[in-house]
Amino acid sequence: MKRILTLIVAGLLFGCAHNDPAEDRTGPEADRLELISHYKEMLPDTKFEDYRYGALALNPDAKAQYDEIMDFPPYAIDLDKGQKMWETAFKNGKTFASCFPNSGNNVAGNYPMFDNKANRVVTFENAINNCLKANGEAELKYADKEIGLLTAYARSLSDGMKVNVKVEGAAALAAYEKGKAYYATRNGQLNFSCKSCHVQNAGKFIRMDQLSMMVGQASHWPEFRGGTKITTLQGRFKQCEKNVRAKPKDANSEEYNNLEYYITYMSNGLPMQTPVFRK
Amino acid sequence: MANSMKMRAKMDGDVVDVKVLIQHPMHTGMIKDKKTDKLIPAHFINMVTATLNGKTVVEAQWGGGIAKNPFLGFRIKGGKSGDKIAVNAVDNLGTTYDGEVVVA
Repeated sequence: MKRILTLIVAGLLFGCAHNDPAEDRTGPEADRLELISHYKEMLPDTKFEDYRYGALALNPDAKAQYDEIMDFPPYAIDLDKGQKMWETAFKNGKTFASCFPNSGNNVAGNYPMFDNKANRVVTFENAINNCLKANGEAELKYADKEIGLLTAYARSLSDGMKVNVKVEGAAALAAYEKGKAYYATRNGQLNFSCKSCHVQNAGKFIRMDQLSMMVGQASHWPEFRGGTKITTLQGRFKQCEKNVRAKPKDANSEEYNNLEYYITYMSNGLPMQTPVFRK
Repeated sequence: MANSMKMRAKMDGDVVDVKVLIQHPMHTGMIKDKKTDKLIPAHFINMVTATLNGKTVVEAQWGGGIAKNPFLGFRIKGGKSGDKIAVNAVDNLGTTYDGEVVVA
């Protein structure tokens, strides 16, 4: 009897291994699917498309207020400044649109991408600064107001595009894994990792606010916090690290770029919307 | 200054719901510039008028107590789709800001 059982178990194991090749059980895509099924279990009432609203998806009242604000957003005037920056020609007569395929429409969802030549992650902000550099203009400071307003407009050209970050090749995978490790590393006096809050405790209250889920966190940056304060994704990383009493890294540091790569990959398949209001 | 005002008006039942966003620094005149340590001169909107097809429907006297880039929302009875709503704001330096919108 025991032998038969062993045989059956062995058969099952073998069968599993056969149907599920090893490359499907590890790697970015498997990570993403695993995370989604984790959230499905934790927050069964929330639909996948609603993950992009973050904690708002868990609170109908807050979502109703958000809809009301987005109907006539208080940042409309600021966004015009970003549009002006995007459309203003450089000294050589070219504009930002010349640096991007399709004049910058529906491209932001591909960022961050891995540049095999430079062996590093290239964020959308990097691409903007590369464009400035190539045209002999001064680069913008990362996680700053100016680059925030500019990318707020530039990314709005990709509204509705699905986030489509690709991890291809060993070097790209290494950067992705570094970002993943950073996400899971406990940090600061409070000894939290990003994961402790946004994966293990998503949807729970931290003081008055609910913790958002990681999937969908990267599809709507930069956002206007409080209606007018422009915040880029890496600027938000800094705030988050400050909140756990850690020393924030610099914007555009390798750690943050890898982290952005990892986080944005997890939002793959969700439609982009930029900019948005958050409290 | 055409670009300094954003407006939207739409019907909500039988009233017109108007929302206005005005770009303005709204300096109270009591705040010091951190770099030069001198007072920033007062510069705020002190009169806002809204008209529906040329007839005044809202008149507001504002002061330095209103925040930067003010938001004004109001609802008007007796309007209909296609009506014209104009908002005019005057600040203490005499600059005027105008906006116009057609009720959707």
